[in-house]
Parts: sequence; structure tokens; C-alpha cells
Amino acid sequence: MYDVCIIGAGVIGSAIARELSRYDLNICWLEKSEDVACGTTKANSGIVHGGYDAKHGTLKGELSAKGNSMFKRLDKELSFGFAEIGSFVIGFDEDDEKEIKRLYENGLKNGARGLEIVDKEFISKKEPYINKEVKIGLYCKTAGIISPYEFAIALAENAVENGVILHLETEVVDINKEEKGFIIKTNRGNFTSKYVINAAGVHADDIARMVGINDFDITPRRGQYLLFDKEQGYLANSVIFQTPKNGTKGVLVTKTYHGNLLLGPSAEYIDDKGNIDTTKEVLEEILQTGKKSIPEVDGRKVITSFSGLRASSKNGDFIIEESEIKGFINVAAIDSPGLTSAPAIAVKVVDIVSNLGLQLKEKENFNPYRTPINRTENMSPEEINELIKKDPRYGRIICRCESVTEGEIIEALNRPIKVSTIDGIKRRVRATGGRCQGGFCTPRIIEIISRELNIPMEEIQKRNKGSNILVDRTKKAFEDYKGDC
Amino acid sequence: MKYDVVVIGGGPAGLAAAYEAYRNGVNKVLVIERDKELGGILNQCIHNGFGIHHFGEELTGPEYSQRFIDDIDKTNIEVIVDTMVLQIDEQNKVHAINNENGYMIIEAKAVILAMGCRERTRGAINIPGSRPAGVFTAGTAQRFINMEGYMPGKEVVILGSGDIGLIMARRMTLEGADVKCVVELMPYSNGLTRNIVQCLDDYGIPLKLSHTVVNIHGKDRVEGVTIAKVDKNLKPIKGTEEFIKCDTLLLSVGLIPENELTRACGIKIDRRTNGPVVGELRQTSKEGVFACGNVVHVHDLVDYVTEEGYLSGKGAALFVKDEMNTDITHKTKNGYGIGYVVPQNININNIENEVRFYMRVKNVYKNHVIKAKVGDEVIAKKREVKFTPGEMIGFSIKKEQFEKLVGNEIEFFVEGV
Repeated sequence: MYDVCIIGAGVIGSAIARELSRYDLNICWLEKSEDVACGTTKANSGIVHGGYDAKHGTLKGELSAKGNSMFKRLDKELSFGFAEIGSFVIGFDEDDEKEIKRLYENGLKNGARGLEIVDKEFISKKEPYINKEVKIGLYCKTAGIISPYEFAIALAENAVENGVILHLETEVVDINKEEKGFIIKTNRGNFTSKYVINAAGVHADDIARMVGINDFDITPRRGQYLLFDKEQGYLANSVIFQTPKNGTKGVLVTKTYHGNLLLGPSAEYIDDKGNIDTTKEVLEEILQTGKKSIPEVDGRKVITSFSGLRASSKNGDFIIEESEIKGFINVAAIDSPGLTSAPAIAVKVVDIVSNLGLQLKEKENFNPYRTPINRTENMSPEEINELIKKDPRYGRIICRCESVTEGEIIEALNRPIKVSTIDGIKRRVRATGGRCQGGFCTPRIIEIISRELNIPMEEIQKRNKGSNILVDRTKKAFEDYKGDC
Repeated sequence: MKYDVVVIGGGPAGLAAAYEAYRNGVNKVLVIERDKELGGILNQCIHNGFGIHHFGEELTGPEYSQRFIDDIDKTNIEVIVDTMVLQIDEQNKVHAINNENGYMIIEAKAVILAMGCRERTRGAINIPGSRPAGVFTAGTAQRFINMEGYMPGKEVVILGSGDIGLIMARRMTLEGADVKCVVELMPYSNGLTRNIVQCLDDYGIPLKLSHTVVNIHGKDRVEGVTIAKVDKNLKPIKGTEEFIKCDTLLLSVGLIPENELTRACGIKIDRRTNGPVVGELRQTSKEGVFACGNVVHVHDLVDYVTEEGYLSGKGAALFVKDEMNTDITHKTKNGYGIGYVVPQNININNIENEVRFYMRVKNVYKNHVIKAKVGDEVIAKKREVKFTPGEMIGFSIKKEQFEKLVGNEIEFFVEGV
């Protein structure tokens, strides 16, 4: 029997797994996808919010400000990449000004750090391409950007290295509460555990229902995004929000951690938890709204668009508590600012299970550090040559748009969490994520995966099963050929 | 490492440029190619039709490039493959990397940019819908089939009737795939007429003009696409949607010159061509840096790429020998109906007999004439039954025709007859 079973390997599950891995516990971790960070975590803004906008007195208010303050240290330990570039809420009129002042006051109450109400000059100096009509802004120095899935992968890898047992492609189909704990039924057999932590994202309500909890519903709220060529990255130095209307943070314009320009998200309530389609109208609207912040944004420089789902509940706050079923903890409705709050949520969850009687004894050999994948792009010529001397594969660039070498791709295939998919590689080293979107490097990456993991080319998947890139050999290719190949 | 001329890219443009620089008396020439072999994209173009103008015969892509590789083999031009250029610095030093030599800084008196182009992606044209596997650019599919021996799909819809899209319609049909149709946003094809006939008509593949893909369906792998008719403003018309079942969508929606290196070293770019602004010998705005082929503007025939490669090679040789005039005597201007003109700048003193201008029109023009004028004086004209944006137009003007008009602007424009 496990001490704890965590359901869901998004950023929340990952943060909890990593936090619990500090202690002498048997932990199993179940994820239905083929990789971690495949749901909400892979498709969001990647913002570490200042913590000023969630209403004071709510869990969101408490945990976002707290979460924000944890990122610098986490980045030191886990090397996922965090850039504290600051954020602006920009205002154009008196209504906006009122709202900005309200946000400022709210932020102070939440304990948000680095807040300042600033004028047009201040904003224009930091953001030369901002709409000239801007009048006032709320600047938050401590806001920043991360790559959300790289953050989750870093947490997850560290958790696994510290002993958490991760089961991918393992879908929970039913949960029974027994006297001593829970029997969690999956497509890959049963797991038994004293405690269950439900971090199943948009499916958290479905998981809760399996043990008979019916007191909340998750409504997916879709957010669509436009990702631009790095060439457009110069247009924003910070995260730029417009003053919120109707309770959402609205369309933001930001530079991403890797230097692209990103616009989005929309906020659409939808019925289908699997619907991450994009739509022409909404993408157009995002572009037009984004242009209100930065008029020079060039729609022709989009390299991809995508959408993600936020898991929202009716009352608008996070649900982080032991449920009516003893030992079953819900960590649900973690919509924005969930990414920012993740580290603080994890600490809170550990507190909850500790208060429930789980013995937490710190491991002697807990290693908070994670070795990141070598990134030649960030190295000096001397460092690169040193590396190539040891392993020449770091001298061969496979993904030209993002300058990713064969060595880095092979590293990505051999991390604590094994991957074998094109998207798995993309989320670890960015190959196929650049301006040509894999047009040039996909064939070469498939070849590398096939060779390294001994998988036939046509069985290599983009992501989950059924998403193969190739369907067959060409007509009689190689079959009739008797010569030397 | 020190060279007189370093050529970045070993495709048809780079090979011609290197060879011509050598023939013009430059001894130390280096070609750097990022792929494993020379030839560039021609290696995956196993159909014929290359070289009709240059060699007067129809070659396949690999045959065409082999002729240039053979030429180069007979010289002492050096070639390094599987090597990526990362940067050209202020002194025109070329920073490159490979697994044998590591990070190299190569000194060059002149650099020729010949990096070619890349395909526009789904994101660039904002096709909405889900994001399954099975959406490929036509060139990627071509590489999979022709070089790797794998089929990227069996039931195919192709968006875009540029030459690559048309060629792939035929290629996939020959490999046993069911190509449902080729969908084209514009009311005309962007491909060569001969490709429409030989790749679609001959195989009964429908070409749906004034249509586009408005949705992609399928969660893991493409399960179908919705296409719709578009109006005059290229907006989809409600009620004309049609679902087509398929497992693959090929995109042939345009090419973008690969000018990341060019931009990063501050060379002036023409926003119409997306390539560097160049002179008659393909000199760029950075002294000692030349450019040729699809990195300058997207050509539809490799024969023209070769011609341009020769020009840049000659230019680089003159520059190395310090025999080139670097100022500008004439500029070109895009007048009515003209999308772009290359070269944008001329120095009359570097020209022997004539300048060959390349241009594209913005629309289909039947029974029109393209004229070149300086001031009020028309100095040359070209008449065709039909000008279309899909076919690049070559336009030669003799040196003496504008020699006397120093300091002036040459305007090209379309006029009805």
C-alpha cells in the first residue's frame, strides 16, 4: 500500500509530488497521458503573476502572492528558467485608472511585492512600442515569465529522482474507499493508497465523483493564443495586460521565456473537456485586442496558434481541502493564477495531509537540485567546444530554428521521465517549436528517436497513441531492393 | 581558418556562386552546407523539368545539382557539410558549428548568402481547428517520401496550388495515396501551367479555386478538413462549407526566404521580397556580403537561381580583387501592378552588357505590357498574352539604354494594351 497517490501530472500534481518527495513516503503518481504537463499546463500564458489581482481573502489571493515569491529559489534548484521581467496593467481612461488603483490596494493586502502606480513616461520608457494613448499603469516588478511545461517537467523530474513512482498512460477509471485506504482502479491495474490527492485538472470533478463527491463541477474555460516569430519578441519587454473588464485579466501581450511574442488568451466557457480547437473569429479578436496594447504587432509573423483549458469552478476560487471522504484531498479548480500559485499550493497540500495524520519524516538524501539538459545555445564557444570534445553530437544542429543539437535531443530522450514522442522532445528542448514548426527537423528527429529507442519510424508518435506522423513505407520501398542500402 | 569567399548554403544557388567565384580567379573558396550532402532541396525533387533553360534538357533535381557538384569537384573549392552557420559578425567572420571541428570562426573577405527558403506553416495562415498529427508542409512530405521512403498519409487534401503542392499531388497519387483535391484560395493557381496539366489534369485531381480550408478535424491524427468557398475579399462564404474525409493535410501556402542570419547582421531587407535589398551583382547593404537564390526572393525555376548564383559569385570575386564599384547609380521602383523587382539597386559601372531584372506582378493581367521608364521616358517593354503572380518575369535592359540616365529611378509598371 502506498502512503499517497497523486492523480494528475500537470504542474499542480508535479509541484505536490516534488514537495512530498522531501519526506520518507511511498508515493505513486498516476497520469493518463503519455507525458507530464500535457493538459492545462502545456497551453497557457506562462506568467508568474505578481499576485495583486486575485481578490484578497481568497485562496487565490493568498497563494498567488506567496507562489510568486518562491520562484527564484525554485529556479536555482531546478533550472527550468525564470525571468523576472515585470508586468504592466495599462489604462487608457478614468475607469481604468480607478480599477488600477483598486488592484494596487488589493495587491498590497495580498502581500504582492514590487507594486507601483506609474505614468505614461515610465511605461513608454520600459515599453517603447506601447500604444501612445496609454495614460496610467500598474507596474509589478516581481512578475515574470517561465515556460510552464518546462517548469512542470523540472518539478516532475526532481520528484521522480527523489523516489516518487510515476505511471504514465495510466488512466484512473474508478476509486473505492476501503477501511484502510483507497483502491484506485486504472487501465493498468489497481493501486492502493492511504491518501489520494486529486490534481486531475479539468477532470478533477470526474475523479471526485468516483469516490462519491458531487459538490463541485469543473467548467473548462478555453483560452486561445497566437505565438509569434522570435523576430517579433522586441515588441514587448514585460508582460502587458489591459485593465481587466468583466473580471478576467484579458488579452495579454508578452515576450515568452524563449523570446517569442505571445498574445492571448481568450476566455470561452465550453462544454467539452477535450475541445482545444482554435477558431478563426477568436484568433482574429485576440490579434485586434493585442494591437490595442502594441499597435505594431504583425499578424503575418504568427508561427502557431493553440488553445488550452482552464479548470474553473462556480465560486471562482481554488478548491484545496480534504473532502467529505476522509483521506481524499481535492486540489481542484486551479485556473489562473494556478501556475504562479503551484509551489504555494503544494506546500499547503503537504500541510493538509500532515494535519490529517500522515507522518512526515524528512528524507536524509533528498536532493533539491536537478541537472538541466545542456543548452549549447546559451554557452560560449569555448564551453561548446569543451562539450563537443566529450560528445561530438553536441556539434550537430538538428533543429535550425531553435539551434537544438543532436546531443540535446538524445539527452531529452534519456531523462528521469522517459519520452519517445516528438512533442515530448519539443517540450524539453524546443526542437520543432521554432519558426518552421518542424518542417525541416521532424524527419531528422524521427530518425534519432527511431535509432536511439529502437522504435520503427512509422510507429513514432507526435504525442499520444494514434498520433503517428508516418503511416507506412512508400510503395515497395526497400522490399524489392537487393543491393546495398 | 581564412578564405577569400565563404558561401553559406550548398544548394543550387550556393554551388553556382562558389563555382563562378572560383572561375573569376578566386582561389580560396569554402562552401558550408547544413545538411549531410550538397544539393539542397533539389535532392528531394526527384521529378523532372529542371534545367530546361540552363541546359536545354529536362533533368531531375538531383541530376541538376550533380552537374554543379561535378564542376566543383574539379576545382579546389572546399566543402564542409553537416555544418550550421550561427552568425556572421561585424567583420564578416562566419561563426559555424559541426561535430568534427566544433565551434569555428572563419575569416572571409566576401560572404555569399545562399540559405534558400522555408515553407509557411499552418500558424502563418491561421487555419483554425484541432491540432492533430497529419498536417505537413508539402516539402516535408516530399522529403519523407522521396528521401526517407515513408508515406506521411493515405487520404490527402492539399492546400495551395503552388508548384510544390501540385508536384506532391502527383507524387502521392503515384505512391498509391488518394488525393481528394487541391484547394486554392486565389481565383488562379500560383503554380506553373505545365504543372497544373501534368500533375492534376492528367490524374483527374480536382483543383478548387477560390476555396480554402476553414477547419481541421481529428484529435490524434487528422480525420478530415472542412473547406469553403471564399468571396472577393478572400473571406469564407457561410453555407458553402464542405467536409472532406482525409488523414493528411498538405500545406503548400508559400515560401519565406530564410534571412535570419541576414537580419541578425543588420543587412537591409526588402519587405516585399522578404530578402535582402541587392544590387546588380547581388551585393547587399553590408560591404562584402552577397546573396543569391531563394534567400533573395523566391524563384519558380532553378535555372534562374543558377543565373543569380553566378552573378553573386562574380560580384564576390570582383570585391575580393577590389575591382567592384560599391556606390549606387540607379534604383528600381515598383510601379502599378508590380509586386517586386530584383535587383533594387544598380551600379552601371559593374555591368558588361545588360541587366536582367526579375519581377512578379500582383494580379493576373491578360494582354498587358510591362514597361520600364526613367523619368517620362519608356526605355524598355515586355509584352505577354498573360502575366500571372505565379510566374516570375525576367526583363532584360541593355546597359546603353540607361547608361545616360545616371542618378535616376527605373520604374516598372503594368499597362493595358
